[in-house]
Amino acid sequence: MSAHAPDPIAIDVGEVLQRSVTSLYSSLVTRPTGRAVRMAIETQLQGAGTLSISLIDFSEVGIIDFSCADEVVAKLLQQYLADEARDAFFVFRGVREPHHPQVEGVLQRQHLAAVVEVEPERFTLVGTFTDGEQRVWDRLEREGSVEADAVERIAPEGVDEEALESLLSRGLAFRSPQSGRVHALSRLVAHLM
Amino acid sequence: MVALLLAGSLAGESSGTFPHIELPESQDVLGYLGRMGFHDQAHQLFEFDTPARRGGARPTDVLLEITAIDTNHDVHEIVDRVQTRAGEILTSKLGYPAASVIPFSVMLSEVCQNIIEHADGPGWVAAQAYNWAKRLGRFVIVISVMDRGRGFRGSLSDEHSARYGDRWSDSTALEAAFLHGLTRFADPGRGQGLQQIRKQVRKWSGLISVRSGTARISQVPDWDDSPPMVDGMAPLPGAQIGIILPATVQP
Repeated sequence: MSAHAPDPIAIDVGEVLQRSVTSLYSSLVTRPTGRAVRMAIETQLQGAGTLSISLIDFSEVGIIDFSCADEVVAKLLQQYLADEARDAFFVFRGVREPHHPQVEGVLQRQHLAAVVEVEPERFTLVGTFTDGEQRVWDRLEREGSVEADAVERIAPEGVDEEALESLLSRGLAFRSPQSGRVHALSRLVAHLM
Repeated sequence: MVALLLAGSLAGESSGTFPHIELPESQDVLGYLGRMGFHDQAHQLFEFDTPARRGGARPTDVLLEITAIDTNHDVHEIVDRVQTRAGEILTSKLGYPAASVIPFSVMLSEVCQNIIEHADGPGWVAAQAYNWAKRLGRFVIVISVMDRGRGFRGSLSDEHSARYGDRWSDSTALEAAFLHGLTRFADPGRGQGLQQIRKQVRKWSGLISVRSGTARISQVPDWDDSPPMVDGMAPLPGAQIGIILPATVQP
């Protein structure tokens, strides 16, 4: 990666759970457990640069409850969206159907959204977003990335441009500060999967 | 049974001695108490005449024996333990899909955490499948949770009573938590556990009720005629959450 590309980080939540809380627990339940896991993830992120993209993998987690999802997903996103010193992007992997209501619920509660892999190599937006954001995000996901001078391919109209800017500010898409190229987050983590 | 434990706990605390309990002589009742693990918990709270009777080897519809909840570690143990039995009972007795064991476990986790996070006191949980042949014509799972904490009104008073003024009571406190997701925490991520439990119970056409202080609030399905709010009940210290999940109705 160049100096202007985000540092890639892969985090296995199941492994973090075993290491940071106790190897006796197999489920991601209770708020203190979620808090401990989030803090362990944040410690890993501190080793990255000011620009990073993380693949947070839930594949090995059996059960995640709402309290843990709030700590590990919603609070993690909130914290980095509010951090002006660092740009951290996140993709959540292995959010299978049984985990989906918990992750969606905590995101909607706080009007957040995230890029989530729901099946192998199938990504979707989860949480709260507008129809315009969904439309532009779908186009970007299909394209993978678009050059700065070809953004109209995903945002042909004014309302779409606003939606794109919103996706960028909400950490749901990435624009290279050097080239202006816009990337789907799923493509930026593809090599981590 | 969990209410008996709560009563024993409070009586013991106020008198400074173990209250005496006389259990029925019926072998069926004693066997049921044994299978539910009542004696294991009651021996820490009551003085008994009769020796403890443990659950036998006969088949049981107990999903979760009466279990004390005091720490988050207890919640982890409950979630791990219930998964092995819940799958079988949810599918065979209630006709739920196999994957329902996960939302069931999540619901149990959240309802138990409610004790630790909001009640500030110990509590108990139990879950059992019953054949409500006469009452409903189907199997149900009943989850019962009680704690001897400060109750919903006590938990919310500091943060929310002022805005309710003279209307602040056990019933308005229950409405605030049950219907609107208010908690004593400023964190907007808090308070969704009970909301999400309600959502899941509704999805399964179940009944959920919360009793605290002198009031009880319920989310009532069409097969039950309980009033959604009852006020003026005998005071209950702490809180009681009851969830009834009925078997699916075959078309």
